[in-house]
Amino acid sequence: MEGKKFDTKPVTIRIKKIIKESDTVNTYVFEYPLGAKPGQFVMMWIPGVDEKPISVAYDDGKEFWLTVCNVGPATAALFEMKEGDFVGIRGPFGTYYKIDDGDHLALVAGGYGAAPMYFVALEALKKNCKVEFLIGARSKDFVLYTKKILGLHGVNLHISTNDGSMGFTGLVTNLLEDVILDVEKKDEKIDKVFTCGPEMMMKFVGDIAWKNGIDCYVSVEKYMKCGVGVCGQCAVDSTGVLACRQGSVMKYNYVRKLSEFGKYHRDAQGKKIYFGDKK
Amino acid sequence: MVDLGIKFCGVKFANPTVLASGILGVTASSLKNVILNGAGGVTTKSIWLEEHKGHRNPTMFGTENYFINAVGLSDAGIEKAISETFPEYNDEKPAPIIASIVAGKIDDFGLLAEKISECDPDIIEVNISCPNVESEFGKPFACVVTDAAAVTKVVRARTKKPVIIKLSPNVSNIGEIAKACMAAGADGFCAVNTFGPGLAIDINTRMPILTNKVGGISGPGIKPLAVKCVYDVFKATGAPIVGTGGVLTGEDVVEMMMVGARLVGMGTMVYYRGVEGFKKVVVEVEEWCEKNGVKNLEEIIGTVKI
Ligand SMILES: Cc1cc2nc3c(=O)[nH]c(=O)nc-3n(C[C@H](O)[C@H](O)[C@H](O)COP(=O)(O)OP(=O)(O)OC[C@H]3O[C@@H](n4cnc5c(N)ncnc54)[C@H](O)[C@@H]3O)c2cc1C
Ligand SMILES: Cc1cc2nc3c(=O)[nH]c(=O)nc-3n(C[C@H](O)[C@H](O)[C@H](O)COP(=O)(O)O)c2cc1C
Ligand code: FES
Repeated sequence: MEGKKFDTKPVTIRIKKIIKESDTVNTYVFEYPLGAKPGQFVMMWIPGVDEKPISVAYDDGKEFWLTVCNVGPATAALFEMKEGDFVGIRGPFGTYYKIDDGDHLALVAGGYGAAPMYFVALEALKKNCKVEFLIGARSKDFVLYTKKILGLHGVNLHISTNDGSMGFTGLVTNLLEDVILDVEKKDEKIDKVFTCGPEMMMKFVGDIAWKNGIDCYVSVEKYMKCGVGVCGQCAVDSTGVLACRQGSVMKYNYVRKLSEFGKYHRDAQGKKIYFGDKK
Repeated sequence: MVDLGIKFCGVKFANPTVLASGILGVTASSLKNVILNGAGGVTTKSIWLEEHKGHRNPTMFGTENYFINAVGLSDAGIEKAISETFPEYNDEKPAPIIASIVAGKIDDFGLLAEKISECDPDIIEVNISCPNVESEFGKPFACVVTDAAAVTKVVRARTKKPVIIKLSPNVSNIGEIAKACMAAGADGFCAVNTFGPGLAIDINTRMPILTNKVGGISGPGIKPLAVKCVYDVFKATGAPIVGTGGVLTGEDVVEMMMVGARLVGMGTMVYYRGVEGFKKVVVEVEEWCEKNGVKNLEEIIGTVKI
């Protein structure tokens, strides 16, 4: 019809390698030509258990990576799996971070967000961008991907931890304000801010970019079932825009007007859960 | 100028396309967005009395020819419909809304019908035909003549709203079931729900792909089967029908209407054409009418030469 390919049956492929990033985070390496762009996600099927949305952390056309935090039943089951085991993949789905040639980018990551942002950084370097890579975490145990990022020529890494155990003490939003100022002092400017992490963090990052007149793109991550714009589970109030189709990467100019963003999300039954409430 | 308006059970629809239940129907804002994209009306996701957990993912996937799903009727329960979905939708009310209700016990349908009526939907659709909760609830009520009639009677007794019954295609004589529902007080039908259930296997792991193992089949592959069901129900009852199953294009809409549908439901279409597909389908219907000298869509309903 619209000339697209409509096969979204999961493809089962073997885990080629498992890299331990921290006590609660693993990277899964697959040899498969996924063809994802930075910011896109896949639905990852743990056979017999569940299927969950996970962002792509790397894709060179031959191999791709998924970096996963162990947070609940499905991800715990994944952490029991071994190299050589089969998982199912549907996708890639969703929008992506558009990188313009020669831009000066600030990438702001929280939690597993460092993984998809690493993929952004790799693509940005191919397009001659300057990259400020900001990671915010509770403490140093939650700072991911630092070695890989430090290995990238042309990327400046800035880290903040709430407890001061690594880098700047405080919030990544304060760090972002500092970075924006530092860049201005050199008579340069940040052209775009890309952010991926907890929703409240992205909201504050977006607001800072907005105040500074910088275009910002955030990853709107809502409960997803189909990933293909059918079930409506990921519809965001108050426009009903689908996070899996028109997102997850969306422009903050638009996202800031959504009545739901930064306030609540929904569970698998469609019930509201306000941020700050207990599960 | 073609008049695409359709009157269905006394309710005026600006065009014959209706969002089918279970697709993009979790929130009021999503339903409103579907209307914004051209649909003539919307159907909510099926609503339970209490919160109901669906099946674990994978709950669905699509291919070029068909779509399979076992969402398992997840829903937050009638409280959400009362406190959130309907007030938010009815606040602007861009087009008619059909409330789909579902229950595991016949008596629960009565209470549900009463409660949902207070939300002021235009029509109540009674879902007795979901094929992917059999392990939980047994054979769908729509597959047994007496059960289908019993549910219809209970709902009829508790509401003044128009009542349509969502029929299952997975029966040997759909016309007979429709007749029994009419006798029990139904005003019309939505025909049909998904087919099967079917089973899809991943051959590497030798496992079913859906966690529920089986799932209902929808999408283009079921269209001729659905068209036959609508024809059978129309022939048996002459009642207003929301013809549903595999409709993707304006020509599909016309085909459904020719075998007796007054309105045409679309669900899986959004997988192939996006939510904007509604607008495209409506334009295609209009173009077909213009080309074929049809001034008013009502003219074509049930006009198949068979
Ligand atoms: C677009 C997108 C990209 C993501 N990328 C990553 C990633 O790269 N790495 C990573 O570790 N995690 C990622 N997540 C989050 C990941 O999907 C959840 O952590 C995972 O689903 C948890 O499942 P669980 O059974 O282990 O835990 P649960 O206890 O079931 O869930 C823990 C929390 O995860 C969230 N969650 C659970 N199921 C879903 C779902 N189906 N859709 C969305 N959120 C859900 C909920 O907020 C829930 O409170 C992403 C989510 C989205 C929407
Ligand atoms: C993902 C999905 C969820 C569905 N959920 C429901 C539901 O909650 N209630 C219901 O009556 N029908 C449900 N259906 C059935 C559809 O409303 C429709 O009858 C069927 O899919 C055939 O039409 P289609 O080919 O246009 O999708 C669902 C279908 C799909 C694909
Ligand atoms: S996850 Fe189903 S519509 Fe977005």
